[in-house]
Amino acid sequence: MSEKRYLARSTAIASRAMGDELMIMSATNSTLFTLNEIAMLIWEAADGATPLEDIVTGRICAEYDVKPEVAMTEAEKLVAELVGHGLLLVSREPIESLTRNS
Amino acid sequence: MSSLGAEMNAKALRLGIPLSVQLDLTYRCNERCVHCYLDHTDHGEMTTGEIKELLGQMADAGVFYLTISGGEILMRRDLFEILEYARARTFCIKLKTNGILIRAKEAQRIRSLGVESVQISIYSHRPEIHDAITKMPGSLRQSIDAMRLLRSHGLHVIIANVLMVQNLRDHTGVRALATELGAQYTLDPTITPMMDGNRSILSLNVDEAALREVFRNEALVGNVEEFCAPPQSVDDSALDSLPCSAGHTACYVSPYGEVYPCVQFPLPCGNVRRMKFVDIWRDSPQLKEVRGITLRDMPACSACMHSSTCTRCPGLAYLEGNMRGPSLQDCEKSYARTGIPSENLKVRRASPQSLRPLKLVQIQSLQLATEIL
Repeated sequence: MSEKRYLARSTAIASRAMGDELMIMSATNSTLFTLNEIAMLIWEAADGATPLEDIVTGRICAEYDVKPEVAMTEAEKLVAELVGHGLLLVSREPIESLTRNS
Repeated sequence: MSSLGAEMNAKALRLGIPLSVQLDLTYRCNERCVHCYLDHTDHGEMTTGEIKELLGQMADAGVFYLTISGGEILMRRDLFEILEYARARTFCIKLKTNGILIRAKEAQRIRSLGVESVQISIYSHRPEIHDAITKMPGSLRQSIDAMRLLRSHGLHVIIANVLMVQNLRDHTGVRALATELGAQYTLDPTITPMMDGNRSILSLNVDEAALREVFRNEALVGNVEEFCAPPQSVDDSALDSLPCSAGHTACYVSPYGEVYPCVQFPLPCGNVRRMKFVDIWRDSPQLKEVRGITLRDMPACSACMHSSTCTRCPGLAYLEGNMRGPSLQDCEKSYARTGIPSENLKVRRASPQSLRPLKLVQIQSLQLATEIL
């Protein structure tokens, strides 16, 4: 079984970029979040077909001067928080867009 | 508002972003509330295509909070098509409706569209009072049924309770109803003039004694001593404060495409049927004028002891004839709250004068455009 983790944005959210931040609101409990530039990279790459591992090595480490293991630890923390609030879905298999409603 | 929400609002102000927009889809309604400020005749509402185009422009301009209201929004057959498009453009969607046309199917669709909240106006817990205000027999029962359905789907429901002479004693009952339904309760003690400037409905406002009693109700205002405390003197820096978000981080769009600073501030700033939304937001001379007004620019209010605590609405001031002037309705509220008359109230009581209705152009501008075409 693949150990990759595929990320997909929930469709039951509101979001809007404001300058260098992204505002996101959960539709289930109206909690407001903001994502900084690096977190936005993960968010925008969470298309259901790109594993977290590829996002970290291919996007974050490629654009920022950060060690892969450090980037992965921070990315995992962010993903866990977003999953906990129902904003992001994680799966061991690619996620189809139609199944993203939470 | 959460501290993060306040932070985002401050950032939107710095960047000149229209963070919140109220979009009225229609002024048509299946109720005829006695205090309503709208003309319910359809003078040529925006089409589905026009609204979707507008939503796209608003999303690109940075609008995040989108309040969809009316009239009664479910009178529009394309409502859910519009809401689905708004969802696709990731707005935080809030709805205002009387709920009368909400059945199980509509409640389910509203839930599936991730709507943040649904606000429903309830005037009394007693059907004979509520239905007399809406002029729609059975409307209270239908609105309550709608709220139960929405709540059963886990939706955040807000009961808006507008206070007037007819329902003066019923806010306790409406609050109890909100608690029973698991809904949030808000009280609005202000009847506002009609959008065309007609002030006749202001006679429905409760009197000073009633307002004083409301402002001393701990269940409504929290800490009464704090809420009703005499005003404190303000330092000079407070004179540079902005009156509210209208025109700064928020605006309003009518069913006919007219952009105003706020639904309660019907100063025409441009029409999205003729100009791009972002161009109106950035370049409208009227919005620029509104943005330039601080407390310092208000001769009567800047010298008033209530300046730091008054709830002055610039829209109500505009409807009284001067957007840099005081709002008598807010002067009366400050007096009911603190027992201390504002400078404006002292002057008005010394020499009473009736307010001239302001002749507004909300509908006329569209009619003129139609004639030219």
